[in-house]
This record gives sequence, structure tokens and C-alpha cells, in this order.
Amino acid sequence: MRILVCVKRVPLTGGRMVLTEDEQALETRHLGFTISPHEECGVEEAVSLVEQHGGEVTVLTLGPAEAEEQVRDTLAIGADRGVLLATDGAEWDPQATAATIVATIEAEQAAGGTYDLIIFGNESADAGNYQVGIRVAHALGRPVVTGLKGLSIEDGQARCEQEVAGGRDVYLVPLPAVVTVLEGINLPRYPSVPAKLRARQKPVETSTPERPEPRLEKVRLVVPAGQGRQAQILGSGPEAAPAVVEVMRELGVA
Amino acid sequence: MAVLVLIEHGDGQVDELSLQALTLARKLAAGGPLVALLVGPGGREAAGQLGAHGVATAHLAEDERLAAYAPGAWATAVLDLVARLEPAAVVAAGTDRGNEVLSHVAARLDLPFAANCTQAGAGSPTPVTRVRWGGSLLEEARVHGTPALLSVAPHTVPAAATNGAGAPTIEAFAPRLSEADLLVRVAEHVSTVTAGVSLAEAKVVVSGGRGVGSADGFGMLEELASLLDAAVGCSRVVTSAGWRPHTDQVGQTGTKVSPDLYIACGISGATQHIAGCKGAKNILAINTDAEAPILANADYAVIGDLTEIVPAITAELRKARSP
Repeated sequence: MRILVCVKRVPLTGGRMVLTEDEQALETRHLGFTISPHEECGVEEAVSLVEQHGGEVTVLTLGPAEAEEQVRDTLAIGADRGVLLATDGAEWDPQATAATIVATIEAEQAAGGTYDLIIFGNESADAGNYQVGIRVAHALGRPVVTGLKGLSIEDGQARCEQEVAGGRDVYLVPLPAVVTVLEGINLPRYPSVPAKLRARQKPVETSTPERPEPRLEKVRLVVPAGQGRQAQILGSGPEAAPAVVEVMRELGVA
Repeated sequence: MAVLVLIEHGDGQVDELSLQALTLARKLAAGGPLVALLVGPGGREAAGQLGAHGVATAHLAEDERLAAYAPGAWATAVLDLVARLEPAAVVAAGTDRGNEVLSHVAARLDLPFAANCTQAGAGSPTPVTRVRWGGSLLEEARVHGTPALLSVAPHTVPAAATNGAGAPTIEAFAPRLSEADLLVRVAEHVSTVTAGVSLAEAKVVVSGGRGVGSADGFGMLEELASLLDAAVGCSRVVTSAGWRPHTDQVGQTGTKVSPDLYIACGISGATQHIAGCKGAKNILAINTDAEAPILANADYAVIGDLTEIVPAITAELRKARSP
């Protein structure tokens, strides 16, 4: 199986959102970066599928040159090679993101064969547009199932499970297919030190696509009011228990 | 201007989140016709409730193949109406299905789609405010293209009825479904038969973080949960440490919960976690650190060691219930 996983570098935001002066981005000078938790699950899913069925995992990202660091992290947990579509740091809208990913996939497939499975996070943790995976699937003419909490592959078919009220909905789709995953589909492994060293030797191919004008055009970011709300302190230590039970009664849950 | 709204429904009832979407759409329509689309069985009963929310015409997409959810088929139903009615905007609730269907519509029309908006204004490009980071940040944006495609972030626009509107005109139609539209559809529903309540549906969630200290530490949370008929959840650090199964994890990119009460025990409150539990009507934080970020997102707090406080609450509940 050839599997492609698309990931995005996002800041580790901690508890409070602080904006840059031009209100176009989060102030990240003091923040670390990562890929989103559900995208880590996507990489884990791909690596374990290849362990079961054989094949190769490629990880693709669109982001600043520094995003190579996040691609190397995924190589350390078992992906085989990386593709970095390097930007100048400006944000790409979902339509442009999908289009450049599609162009890259088509070129990759012409050179190395079809990707049987393409995995995305259900949405990016930062922008939350919920659509890049679907747009890519549409452009490639592939079926797409979103928000997976379970995935298995058998006889060229993907069994996809979503968590819904009262249980799970199951979709059966033929490969090649596109899926988007949620956190909880698996527990991603930690990279070993030798794996981290090996990841440094694995190939990451970089190109620099041209950014088109956004059609979902960001004007500015705003930190919502209501942050900094103060909780009513019911007390300290076990002596607060009666007050807690009183609140539970008022809320009708005790 | 005409605005088309995709309405989700079940058991003949319109979903609350769709009524919220309708409220934003009505403002966007600014007196122009508000048109609804309901897909699949039960649509006719649900449509009757829409007059009170200002809907002039409700279109029912009817085909026996629409009994099971199929995102591509729903998108085709939307596209058929877009071609016929030429609305200025198409609005859906920012649910899994609403966002999925509008993403398909956007891909097929090659138009932008603004997911999870809290506001939208008239004009082209359409000005919107939408949520990022699961609601921890807002973005003001412009949507270029017609129709403007947007979904409404859950619980950001209160559903409001209008005065004196009668029942909407009902028009049934058969969307032009292709084989490809039906390739991805719900093939099977597996009911989860578990001892406890599920995280996503529980009225109360007792959730633990790093402060719980160990897998054994969750015993006292389980005990409190069983008294409250609650589900037990946890933060990412807990599943990473292997204290709880990863299916118990609450977070922005995993399971989002919306109980009446969310009890956060020893959870500091990273953005990812807050975004997963902010749908709770009330949050009670139990934490040693009065400066922890969770406090800024909680309604109630108890400061101190959870290993003393949680058993005390359990004991107090037992005492209150004993005759």
C-alpha cells in the first residue's frame, strides 16, 4: 500500500491566545510547534497499516520552511519520506491549499504510482476549515469519509467507522480513497532515539509553490471576549464538598 | 436576497443547531425569501415547524436511497436547488454533517466555504466572523463568490422564532442522484452496548488530567461518576501516559462533549482541551493551582488536592442521599 498523510504545523498554544500587532496571526515567538494530535493519529494509522499490509508512507505538508521539523518528527515514528511545500509563512486558504496538494499528488502519482489511501486530520487545529480533505478527494475523483474513529483495510476496501449518537456508523468504500481522522482512532507511538536518528537520513523533497489570491480572505483575528472569565470559588479542600453538592442540586444533576 | 438553509432533522423534529443556523440565515436574508432544504424521511413533519422561524418554502428531497446518510447525495440535493433558485447564500449548521455537505458543495462549485461562522453580513464579498482553534479565537473574513457558502458555529447564535408566520409552502423534489453520489453512505449502524453512558451524550462528565497522578487515581473519579450516572473522560496527557484508553480523551480534535456539568479534576486547561469541553453548560474545576487556565474557563472552582476533594464530594453525595 502507498499511503499519503497530510499534516500541518501549528503552534502549541498553551492557555491564552496572544496576537501579533497586525492581528494576522498568533504571536508565536515564545511558543513551540507541533502537528495536531489527530494528525499524529493519522500518521500512526498509516504506519501501522503499512506494518500490516506492506508498502510506504509519505508525509506531505504545506507550511513555512521550518515545517521540515514536523515532517522529520513523523519520519521518526515510521513514515518513509516527506514532501514539503514551502511557503513564505503567509496563510493559504483551503481552496488554494487543496489545489496545490492535488497538483503535488498528481505529479507524485505520475512518477511513483497511485496512493491507495490519503489521510488528513478532520480539520486543521488552527484554522478549522473542515474541507481540504474533501476538496482533494473531489479533484482526484475519489470517495472520502470524514471524522473516523476506526479504520481497517481488507480486500481493497476500507471499513470506516464514525462515532455518532448511540454507537457507530460504518462506511465501506473501495480504495483508492481519502479519509479524515479524529483523535482517539489510535494511540500514537513515541519515537525511539535510534528512530529519530534514522529520520535525519530520510528524504524530504522541498518545492515552493506560488500562493494564489485567497477567496476565503482573512481580514483580521480577534481574541473573543469572555476569555479571562473568573470562576466562582466554592472553597478550598474537602470542606468545599457540601457547596459542590449544593451546586449539583441547583443544576439538577445530583 | 434568497437564502437557502440545509435543515437537519430526526424523528420528525428539526435539530436545535439547524434552528440556530436558520436564525443567522434570516438576518442574512434581510427580508428576502428564506428557503429550507430537508433531506430524507421525516422531512415533511419537520418542515411544518419551520414557518415559525421565517421559512417561506421548504423543499423536501425525497428518494428512497436517501434513507441512509450519504454526503455526496445531500450535496447533489443542495446543488439542484442552487441551480434552480440561485440563492445569494447557502447556510448549514456547523455540525459534522453540515460542514461535510457544504464542503462537497464548495468543491463541486469551486467556491470558498466559511465553516463555523458566528456572524454574517450582506454584500459581496460576504463579510463573516468565524471561529478558529475550536472557538478560542475569532477570524473576520470575506467570502468571495456567489452563492456564499457558510455554516453556523454551534451554540453561538441563539435560535429565535419570528412573529405570526404561517406554515411554509412544501415542495417535494427528487434530486438527480448519480451512482457516485451514493458510493459513500452509511452502510451499517453499530449500537454501542456499554455498561456506562457515552462521553458524547453524558449529562455529567467527570474528567481527569495530570493531577490525578496515576491510572489507579481514576478509581475515585469512577466512583463519583457512578453516583452521578456520569461518563469518565480525561485529557491528552492521561492517554499518553497510558492511564486511560484513548477513547476517553476529550479535546478539540477528538471527542467534544456538551454535558450539563463537566468536572475537570487536575486538568490545567490547554486550549485543545478547553475547545473539547467548552460546549458544557457548566464547568467545575478542581485544581491545586488557582491560576491554572482552566479557572478562566470554568463557572465554579474548588482549590486544593483532588485526592481529598473528590472523595469528600462522593461522601457528601452519599450522605445527602441516605435516608
